[in-house]
Amino acid sequence: MTTASYSTRSPPRVEAPAAPAVRFDKVSCRFGGHDGAAYTAVADVDLDIAPGEFVAVVGPTGCGKSTLLNVASGLLEPSSGQLSVFGHRLVGLNRQAAYLFQADALMPWCTGVDNIAAGLQFRGIPRAQAQEEARGWLARVGLRAYGDRYPHQMSGGMRKRVALAQALILDPPILLMDEPFSALDIQTRQMMEDLLLKLWSANRKSVIFVTHDLEEAISMADRVVVLSAGPGTHPVAEFAIDLPRPREVSEIRLTPEFVRLHADLWQVLKQEVLRSHAHAEG
Amino acid sequence: MPRVKKKGISHATVMLYRVLLLIAAFVAWWGLVKIDVLPRFFFGDPIQVLQRLLRWFTTGTIFPHLADTLLETMLSFVIGTASGLVVGLWLALSPITARVLDPFIKAANSMPRLIFAPIFALWFGLGIWSKVALGVTLVFFVVFFNVFQGVREVSPVVLANVRLMGASRAQLMRWVYLPSATSWVFSSLHNAVGLAFVGSVVGEYLGSARGIGYLILQAEGVFDIDSVLAGILLLTVFALILDQTVSRIERRLLRWQAPIQAQTLQA
Repeated sequence: MTTASYSTRSPPRVEAPAAPAVRFDKVSCRFGGHDGAAYTAVADVDLDIAPGEFVAVVGPTGCGKSTLLNVASGLLEPSSGQLSVFGHRLVGLNRQAAYLFQADALMPWCTGVDNIAAGLQFRGIPRAQAQEEARGWLARVGLRAYGDRYPHQMSGGMRKRVALAQALILDPPILLMDEPFSALDIQTRQMMEDLLLKLWSANRKSVIFVTHDLEEAISMADRVVVLSAGPGTHPVAEFAIDLPRPREVSEIRLTPEFVRLHADLWQVLKQEVLRSHAHAEG
Repeated sequence: MPRVKKKGISHATVMLYRVLLLIAAFVAWWGLVKIDVLPRFFFGDPIQVLQRLLRWFTTGTIFPHLADTLLETMLSFVIGTASGLVVGLWLALSPITARVLDPFIKAANSMPRLIFAPIFALWFGLGIWSKVALGVTLVFFVVFFNVFQGVREVSPVVLANVRLMGASRAQLMRWVYLPSATSWVFSSLHNAVGLAFVGSVVGEYLGSARGIGYLILQAEGVFDIDSVLAGILLLTVFALILDQTVSRIERRLLRWQAPIQAQTLQA
């Protein structure tokens, strides 16, 4: 992966295939509010994610970051604008993408292995074969011995590992992640970040990683997009993260380049966070 | 179910207390009747009641009655549950139909359905089927409302996740809706067991030639309070057995649930 620097709204890079993995084209989403007034969550978002690129999206809480992922996954249709996946306009669900939710999304009535194997079985692969492949993924996420547990018998970190395996076993070219590790304690969280980076380096997918944690964003991504405060969220800045890979998230945070990037990004994000607070306080 | 120690009291101790409580109730009943606080004529005599039960079983006269009542109960339980499940899933997954049918379902549920017993007797005769029909109308709604609610309460995140993993409509049903509804069905089945018995006994009471309800009606006609109470006791025991069976199946099917509620009442 190259680490070419980006200015905002850059054209697709030359060496990449012509179509971006995901392209937001003037995407806006409006919702009916409680009092009948429409609330514009995101407004006129233009954003390209190249194949194999890891993009982190940061912004103040409640700014509509998840809305962007819902649009990218096809769960939510934009009110205006359009979303293209590898050059094709998205209609219905995005079958090229896997979604890692912030909340638990495992089927509580299935064991870990069954949860991981489910996607393959939906594709018509026989149960035995799907289970065998699921066991392989279970080992890759470090849960070899825990496959027969039900989700309620696992810790939060273990459930996230299962969810990660569940997403990756389908080998989707696009991975959408909505603050997937935000509920975990800090040590578990760093382990999960390293695990994700390891798996991603082995098989590079386009990742849209939504987070409100700047450190998490910088230590993992190729590019960090800063969103404005809501309502009418849109990207306000982009930073290319040219830190060398492979990265170790707990160590990279101590390097001077990281600290410099963090300071630059925080300058921009701080404005939006303040604005978001001002808006919330009315 | 593993008999684990809970809150410093073992299962054996709990059982002991339960048996003691039961014996105490019988002794109190017996004593109060003996010293004439409760009139023997209206409250019977526990010893006589137990003797009556014993005689029913030793002479075998109870078996055709018991067989009829149990058959009716099982049939109304199974048919009512199955139809409640199917209709519940169907309506929960087709919101338009559900909206159209909503007032009719509410009306059917809120009317006193026992009133239908004489009509069912006309439609289905005095055999078991009029009682089954009555039991089904009682069981159906309990299960139906629970399934309907259960499907609507499927976690939207789980649903979105499974849809994104590429599940078809049939696969969603098999992987998400059915297992999710199962826990709701089972919580309704405990009520349904009692209602299935109500259906068959009330049906028998209103017109039949066999069954525990018939037996109770006959005994009442000659003011034989001991037989009435023996019949009630017998029904209670079988309702408990059926309820236990439901609990056992529930524990097997709902292994995936965190054991919270199972410990308190159904242990």
